[in-house]
Amino acid sequence: MTYIKPTFRHPGLKKNKVGYVRADYEGAISTLCAGCGHDSISGAIVQACFEMSVEPHRLAKLSGIGCSSKTPTYFLSNSHGFNSVHGRMPSVTTGANMANRDLIYLGVSGDGDTASIGMGQFVHAVRRNLNMAYIVMNNGCYGLTKGQDSATTDFGSISKSSGLNDSFQAIDLVGMALELGATFVGRSFSGDKDQLVPMIKAAMSHPGFAFIDCISPCVTFNNNKGSTKSYQFVRDHQEATSTIDFVPHEEEITVDYEAGTSTSVALHDGSKIHLDKLSPNWDPTDRYSAVMRLQEAKLTGDILTGLLYIDPKSRGLHDLMKTSKRPLNSLQEEDLCPGSAALEGINAGFR
Amino acid sequence: MDIINDMVVRFANVNGTGSASANNMFAKTIFRMGIPVSPKNIFPSNIQGLPTWYEVRINKDGYLGRRTGIDLLVGVNPQSLKKDIASVKSGGYFVYDSTRKLHAEFIREDINYIGIPMMKLSMEHYQVPRLQQLFKNIIYVGALVALLDIEMKVIKNIVDEQFAKKPKLIPNNYKALDLGYDFAKANYECPLKYRLERMDGVGDSILIEGNEATGLGAIYGGATVMAWYPITPSTSVAKGFETHCKKLRVDADGRKNYAFVQAEDELAAMGMVIGATWNGSRAFTATSGPGVSLMSEFIGLAYFAEIPVTLVNVQRGGPSTGMPTRTQQPDIISTIYASHGDTKHISLFPSTPTECFEMMADCLDLADRFQTPVMMISDLDLGMNSHMCPPLKWDDTRKYDRGKVYDAEDLERIKEFGRYLDVDDDGICYRTIPGTHPTKGSFFTRGTSRDEYAKYTEDGDTYVRVVNRLLKKWETAKSYVPIPEVTEAKEKTDMGIIFFGTTRYSALEAMDLFEKEGIYLDALRIKAVPFNQTVEDFINSHEQIFVIEQNRDGQMRSVLMNELDADPKKLTAILNYDGMPITAATIMERIGQHLPALV
Ligand SMILES: Cc1ncc(C[n+]2csc(CCOP(=O)(O)OP(=O)(O)O)c2C)c(N)n1
Ligand code: SF4
Ligand SMILES: [Mg+2]
Repeated sequence: MTYIKPTFRHPGLKKNKVGYVRADYEGAISTLCAGCGHDSISGAIVQACFEMSVEPHRLAKLSGIGCSSKTPTYFLSNSHGFNSVHGRMPSVTTGANMANRDLIYLGVSGDGDTASIGMGQFVHAVRRNLNMAYIVMNNGCYGLTKGQDSATTDFGSISKSSGLNDSFQAIDLVGMALELGATFVGRSFSGDKDQLVPMIKAAMSHPGFAFIDCISPCVTFNNNKGSTKSYQFVRDHQEATSTIDFVPHEEEITVDYEAGTSTSVALHDGSKIHLDKLSPNWDPTDRYSAVMRLQEAKLTGDILTGLLYIDPKSRGLHDLMKTSKRPLNSLQEEDLCPGSAALEGINAGFR
Repeated sequence: MDIINDMVVRFANVNGTGSASANNMFAKTIFRMGIPVSPKNIFPSNIQGLPTWYEVRINKDGYLGRRTGIDLLVGVNPQSLKKDIASVKSGGYFVYDSTRKLHAEFIREDINYIGIPMMKLSMEHYQVPRLQQLFKNIIYVGALVALLDIEMKVIKNIVDEQFAKKPKLIPNNYKALDLGYDFAKANYECPLKYRLERMDGVGDSILIEGNEATGLGAIYGGATVMAWYPITPSTSVAKGFETHCKKLRVDADGRKNYAFVQAEDELAAMGMVIGATWNGSRAFTATSGPGVSLMSEFIGLAYFAEIPVTLVNVQRGGPSTGMPTRTQQPDIISTIYASHGDTKHISLFPSTPTECFEMMADCLDLADRFQTPVMMISDLDLGMNSHMCPPLKWDDTRKYDRGKVYDAEDLERIKEFGRYLDVDDDGICYRTIPGTHPTKGSFFTRGTSRDEYAKYTEDGDTYVRVVNRLLKKWETAKSYVPIPEVTEAKEKTDMGIIFFGTTRYSALEAMDLFEKEGIYLDALRIKAVPFNQTVEDFINSHEQIFVIEQNRDGQMRSVLMNELDADPKKLTAILNYDGMPITAATIMERIGQHLPALV
């Protein structure tokens, strides 16, 4: 069931640069379980879009199937949304992006939706460097079908409905994305808004495939003692590569950072990602160092979060394909139809 | 007595030896001599080494369906030699490579043998082994020029055109033609009793493969996104689209006004089409049976969420991987009713390349108009063989029908927006394209049940309202889809034939031949589902109807029964499903079994 929220707005509410208040970025009231990590991520998306002054109608939100994939109903009601079929959000987003290169594409998926049924499409969206932000709300289980283990359930983790996983190793989507050549890879935690909000902003600004694996506890099926995706476990084991700030292109960096432990990455549109308190031996633009940090964290049993890798020279799929700068969906008959005269020549070629 | 412009010539080759281009040259030459011609590739699912045949029916009366009974066979494949010789009609000719002597076991008393030392001639004149192989093919074509009285000038012109960009290759090709020609002239009485004579039988026709015409139709119809995954026999639709886009759809700055995406599989291809059309582009995919099976879940989404989709199914022999390089019409039910739940899809059935072109543009219009999947159901025979057909035509005053889409101004004007409100009472609702208006017209697209305002609901009454409206849309479509082609018999009759797609060629030929025997049949060619009134009237006005199709289960007959409640007793299935295009003789024989007059 979806509830309609009261639309009363306080006149004094702060507006962003495009004239919207924060509530304009909200969606219908969530029907997820109270305390579900996914709702916090929805909140982070709302905040990121509001602060970034995204015009809601210039963003399209897409998802697959699952509790996580339901969330687009719960944010950005002024954006077009598309709840597709299980595991196939990447292809729908690819087509949408082909049709209109000028919108922001925000894809939301779950660990079941991405790491099992949708693995193929995920891999190929990475490979194409499709210009989109792709967030996996990773709870290590299939929430919507009542908590079965997923492909990201850690070995040795215990869940309410599946018990101890003593059979299979987990697929680490972040490690995989790095191997596949993803141009933006981050991991975060639904309980860490300070990290997640700027990371979403950076992902939406990145020209190419921006992947965020966001650990998002399922309070109903996988938040118990012994689960490696519980709030408590993640809080106890989280280790960040750095703090992250996103600075839109027209703003100045106002914080003083300590020399030697921070760095800035300039994005294509002039905005900057500022990273502070860097992990040792790690450079966010060096894929190899990211892979190494990830492996080290695994050995020490830590959950490495933060922006792990970004390729500042990334170019999106349209540039690779050399498609028109004009969105294809704006082309009219006169641009598209060669007309009868051209057909004469074509016919002649078949005689 | 000489038999002029009426024969079947078959070439038996080894796959991957360059014979295709020589054989095509042969067919094109006949076409340019003004003689109706119909070539067919009978090829294996293999890249190199297995037997492949190329069969050319030449018919002065313009019957272009397949005919059995081979009058002349060029057999250069040792693997299939025995079978090939056996397939020649009594009194016919077998042309072979006499570089090596034919073993006695291959000699049939009732046919004529023409030995041309193809390989020997080739080796004497060309040094490189690869060229020796290639020119061996041209040499046998040269021999046919003499044997069948083909105009050498015409074939040499074709060589000139083919190698316009590599003129150095022309003299060698000429030489090969001459080698074959001279040998045949010197050693055999030329021409044979089967021969060709220039005539005026092709008018302004063109000779084109259905798939290429489909690709062109997509360009003319305004498709900007094509997503696909390679599968025989649909791949050449993608190739046709891309090749012609490179010429017709590139801006002065080199940027493309199209996106051509080779997807990771058919599921993804369909997802991409759905995403693109949802976002306001025209998009399509082309596949074959296995691909449609994979796309099924998505097709249901597009049906229920009401998203335009154009899907070309170039059918091949099923089930499963079936006979991937043979023709059939086996996906009628699985395409029209693709996906789970109550679904049915507008489907068009082209029977010539010209129709592939026109119907492809129609499909794109229909998909936008009805916001639903629209299927163009073709087959291997149509898609991958060249067919003589009327030239492609485009009416420059034609406007794309983009269907019901609200733009920003509309959204300002209207009182309320509900994505699934049946405002015009025709079952079709107004949609909006993402990015249109800052505060109005956004909605949530989903495959779950929803109300008129696109809000999720599990309310039974609302659900029933929605799915019943989809049926209303289906009713509306009846007056938009192409109407069937009715051909009346010369005399009044209560018997009729119904067919569709490539069956048309042989069905019409059978109808004429029956007429000569005093048996009269009216004919109806289905061009689309949903069936419009004409189909119903045709069934009602005949006592006995033969439904001719190329599958085992009489699938179109089932669809007629299902959609029109047609009386099964009235509809007799006439079927051919051996993977070869149906022939007039087969149709006559099988219909004949039901005609008391002939017994
Ligand atoms: C083709 C198909 N198979 C199975 C399902 C049933 N199903 C719905 S959601 C889901 C798993 C969702 O898991 P995940 O993506 O991790 O999302 P979560 O609910 O955990 O957020 C499954 C298997 C389906 N909808 N479609
Ligand atoms: S079942 Fe789990 S994932 Fe689904 S809404 Fe409840 S807490 Fe969230
Ligand atoms: Mg999950």
